[in-house]
Amino acid sequence: MQHARKIGEPILSVEGVSLSFGGVRALQEVSFDVREHEIRAIIGPNGAGKSSMLNVINGVYHPQEGKITYAGKVRQHVDPHEAAARGIARTFQSLALFKGMSVLDNIMTGRNLKMRSNLLFQALRLGPALKEEIEHRAAVERIIDFLEIQPYRKTPVGRLPYGLQKRVDLARALALEPRVLLLDEPMAGMNLEEKQDMCRFILDVNDQFGTTIVLIEHDMGVVMDISDRVVVLDYGRKIADGTPDEVRNNQAVIDAYLGVAH
Amino acid sequence: MNKLMRNWPVIALGVLLAAGLVAPLATGASPAGFYVEVLLGGLMTGVLYSLVALGFVLIFKASGVFNFAQGAMVLFAALAVARMAEVMPWWLAALLAIGIMVVLAWVIERVVLRPLVNQEAIALLMATLGVTYFLDGFGQTVWGSDIYEINLGIAKEPVMVLDGIFQGGILVNKEDVVAAVAAAALVAALALFFQKTPTGRALRAVADDHQAAQSIGIPLNRIWVIVWSVAGVVALVAGVIWGSKLGVQFSISQVALKALPVVILGGFTSVPGAIIGGLIIGVGEKMAEVFLGPVLVKAFDLAGGGIENWFAYMLALLFLLVRPEGLFGEKHIDRV
Repeated sequence: MQHARKIGEPILSVEGVSLSFGGVRALQEVSFDVREHEIRAIIGPNGAGKSSMLNVINGVYHPQEGKITYAGKVRQHVDPHEAAARGIARTFQSLALFKGMSVLDNIMTGRNLKMRSNLLFQALRLGPALKEEIEHRAAVERIIDFLEIQPYRKTPVGRLPYGLQKRVDLARALALEPRVLLLDEPMAGMNLEEKQDMCRFILDVNDQFGTTIVLIEHDMGVVMDISDRVVVLDYGRKIADGTPDEVRNNQAVIDAYLGVAH
Repeated sequence: MNKLMRNWPVIALGVLLAAGLVAPLATGASPAGFYVEVLLGGLMTGVLYSLVALGFVLIFKASGVFNFAQGAMVLFAALAVARMAEVMPWWLAALLAIGIMVVLAWVIERVVLRPLVNQEAIALLMATLGVTYFLDGFGQTVWGSDIYEINLGIAKEPVMVLDGIFQGGILVNKEDVVAAVAAAALVAALALFFQKTPTGRALRAVADDHQAAQSIGIPLNRIWVIVWSVAGVVALVAGVIWGSKLGVQFSISQVALKALPVVILGGFTSVPGAIIGGLIIGVGEKMAEVFLGPVLVKAFDLAGGGIENWFAYMLALLFLLVRPEGLFGEKHIDRV
């Protein structure tokens, strides 16, 4: 599948990152880069360290060793909300939506960072705050249209079926207008039709907004079709990196997924 | 139907409470006017319980911390207002005290919550116990330990109303009415703030899921300061009302203990639960004291009343047995 977009310079690069929890070494000297506007997949068997990697980029975990360069600058200690403020948004593998809130409110929370009016104006719904709210609401409506969830605006998220919740999760992340979007197993637990829909949305986001996408998947199938480049992790180490075709034919990858005869 | 079957203990409890509520009237044990007076008195106390419980719930929702210091905050705020009101108008003292509560929230976030982030809930509970004793002591060090009064400038004499409808009329305290209206207005304002403003949305988001809220750029620390400030303001309103009724004294911080049964009844995570729970307990204990007490004393040849002191806890215990998540709380289903 070809899209009309130009892959740029690396926007994010990870060099020699190691992360351990007590004696468990989740990541060992992992290095790779992500180019602007590309779709970059991180795959690997269970426990390979994929989610840990995503959490490092997102600022949830802080690696003991290694260097992360984002948007031309070496990054120091970053917390998730700071990462978000700098344009890194994410979705979650096990849904982490605000279940009691409506679809609309969930997505609106994604705009919080962009709201500038102070607490007092907000409370009184005065001039600037009201204008701001209306602008953000319009932006959210565009995302709702884009992801085709118009009928569910007012529905509490907890009541939606799983596939739609995944879409709301994506919508909330998109509301941040991120430069880099991290997707944690966006297709996990979906049926074929839902997977196809999700693939289409991911490609459209990348295509229309130029958003750089880093996605983690357990299942190799779908990812190979939509990714530009793929990193393969196994037991916390990088075992392959390249285009889907290169990775598919890499012996180490085949061994990791299928097991090796001893 | 199935749901009805499953919830029978709760329903039975509800029916029992409702029966207790109407019994004095139905059996003719009480004149209607007196009954209404007791009911109003109970609602009035209930509103105060609700306010304290609301502080608990706000903090528990947003930070998962069971804030034992809520009662101490009520006392601290009341002391601040009472002492400052000696040299300035009470409303100015209240405004300044709001500022003090916000600073306090900020300090607690910095000194207590932030270093203990991701620790066990029990560690945080112990920390708030520490805050409780610190505030109790520090408050008295700064403001003194006598009984002080807060005078809101509202007449305290009871007024006779509705004497056309009830024989002998009903005695209503004007101050109580003002207090109840103020408390209701505060709750309504908070509800609007939570539902309609971006910051309110962020607060609800944090209450639902910390990790997700952070990942969309909501700074937890700032939210905690806001929530503790709001809890401080709620404590202040409760403290001022309580203080103007009964005088500002150390026993105010014990009011918090009554808020425990309230949050168990209403559910730890539910704002409406805190309000309704407070009203149920306020009315329940008053009714029990006035109408059930004499019956028990007569039937079992007891020494006296005192039901008011344990009724709330007994009700909470019953709720823990039949509905541990409370009336409106979230049911926790853990995967084992």
